[in-house]
Amino acid sequence: MIDTLFFYLFALMTLGGGVLTITRRSAVHSAIWLIVSLAGAAGLYLLQKAEFLFAVQIILYVGGIVLLFLFVIMLVNLDQAARERQFNRQWWLALASALGVGGLIFYFLRAGSGSLQLAAAPVPSPVLEGNTERLADVLFSQYLLPFEVASILLLVAVVGSVIMARKRV
Amino acid sequence: MPDSFIPTSAELLRILPEIILVLAATLIMVLAPLVKGREQNALGYVSLYGLVAALAAALSGYFDPGPAFHQLILVDGFATYFRVLVIFAGILTTLASYQYLRREDADSGEYYALLLFSVSGQSLMAASNDLIMIFIGLEISSLASYVMAGFLRNRAQAIEAALKYFLLGSFATAFLLYGVAWIYGITGSTYLLTIRSVFERGAQTPGILLAGAAAALIFVGFAFKVAAWPFQSWAPDVYQGAPVPVAAFLSAGPKAAAFAVFVRVFVTALGPIGGRWEPLFWLSALATMLIGNFAALVQTNIKRLLAYSSIAHAGYVLVAMTAHSEIGTAAVMFYMAAYVLMNVGAFAVVAHVCGRQERFVELEDFAGLGERQPVSAALLTVFLLSLIGVPLTAGFFGKFYIFRAALQADLVWLTVLGLLASAVAAYYYLRIIVIMYMHQPAESAAELPPLRGALGAAVWISAAGTLVLGIFPSLILNFAGNSALLAR
Repeated sequence: MIDTLFFYLFALMTLGGGVLTITRRSAVHSAIWLIVSLAGAAGLYLLQKAEFLFAVQIILYVGGIVLLFLFVIMLVNLDQAARERQFNRQWWLALASALGVGGLIFYFLRAGSGSLQLAAAPVPSPVLEGNTERLADVLFSQYLLPFEVASILLLVAVVGSVIMARKRV
Repeated sequence: MPDSFIPTSAELLRILPEIILVLAATLIMVLAPLVKGREQNALGYVSLYGLVAALAAALSGYFDPGPAFHQLILVDGFATYFRVLVIFAGILTTLASYQYLRREDADSGEYYALLLFSVSGQSLMAASNDLIMIFIGLEISSLASYVMAGFLRNRAQAIEAALKYFLLGSFATAFLLYGVAWIYGITGSTYLLTIRSVFERGAQTPGILLAGAAAALIFVGFAFKVAAWPFQSWAPDVYQGAPVPVAAFLSAGPKAAAFAVFVRVFVTALGPIGGRWEPLFWLSALATMLIGNFAALVQTNIKRLLAYSSIAHAGYVLVAMTAHSEIGTAAVMFYMAAYVLMNVGAFAVVAHVCGRQERFVELEDFAGLGERQPVSAALLTVFLLSLIGVPLTAGFFGKFYIFRAALQADLVWLTVLGLLASAVAAYYYLRIIVIMYMHQPAESAAELPPLRGALGAAVWISAAGTLVLGIFPSLILNFAGNSALLAR
């Protein structure tokens, strides 16, 4: 019961924060609503007993990435952007297609939810073995290669953004 | 500590091409600050040697097939074929870029580093046997190519192209990832063979409705990467805005790799539910062919024309995928090789003719090319004839095998309409040939240097490959046929 209550609370934070992020005029307000949305998602992770993801979500997204956003927003002059139209003329078309796709996804999830292989609730084990330890086990044995290759992905992203940010080629 | 923690040397050997490519890219980035200004173009040699070494490694991988890294990687004939193909596309792009970058005063090591990173991502995609690996490979390849599209930053069009490509590409990737999440939810695995075995349970196939929707979401991601309808609209703008050698690369490497994983995911993992996604492919193949060919008719810019033509060619490949048979897979493999050769070749000739700042990319600028540049004009004619599908060129056998595979799968209407669409295509390709040979050159036509050096090598290699595959298709068709039986 209390779980359900918290679920709806966090879901409201996630969705409401997301909507306000794109509708606020001021970029700083948008960034702050993004924090609310990300914190809501962190709460959802915690409800799923994924403590590691919860901590990562708070430390990396809320603590790191959005903070960086705020720095950039304050460094860049946004007066010009604030005077421009918030949405372009096709916003109603975008809204309609977003609702359409959302409706489709809702339909499929409703109709097919029985076939999802949901993990059974973890049995409390006498030995202290948390989500984080299990994640580490899998990440550094079975999924070692993707873990290492992701570092190349990050390298490409860093090099690419430096190239794009340089004054002249 | 589990014994599997340290990868064995046999496992490392199976990803040797990617290791070589990433090392070469890193080496270039380390060397770039040590080399002054224009001499940075010499780093193109490092790129070339790295690619050739990776090509050798990829070829040698064929003699030691097998899985690696907990089956996330699978080196088989199919993987070897596409690895060799994307690395070869990288070699052609490196050759085609050298003189272009010099002419634009944009000599830079980073360009080659990004190219190598992109190729390494594509090579990884070709050898992936798991949705997570496919996704990471795809992202490495795409991120590097977004930056390459906007590499000439002082050109507004290039920035626009890069931004469009980046925004739409990230959006499409999100759909792909959502589809992967649903597949994981239904089957409990991201490993392609396990997914297949879950769906193979026939009548009791779980979540067939949800699986069809997941296949559609994954289709969105891949269809964007290969520029298939309804996600083709980015291609003309991006190809037009990007530097010509980059446009050549975008139309070859990322597309070939995307088709490789497209086939692997849909034929291997989602093969048992083929009846669900076949209508989707049927419609997309038809619309892609029609839109590509009819829109190309009215283009006056050669880069846009080639972009629409590459959309149309993606449509032909989708016809072979709709057949989802072994012959269909072999036809996809053969066609991609033919397509890479003729398309990169055509773009390389454009890179030669376009001149500084790409001033000469309108069709009229090709007037009288047959007199001014007999060799370039003749080679471009070879590529255009191959793109039409004239016998004795690679394009002919490519189309032949695709439509044969479609007929064997009883896709009669799709075959008929596809053949009609490719007849329309003959018009706009022939129009370029007519302009080159029958029209008088404009007064303002620039003096062009002769076609030689690295760019010349790229064009000649592509032309030779196009003709060899057109006369002796069995050279690689047999290999494709033997490798088309994907792991089940």
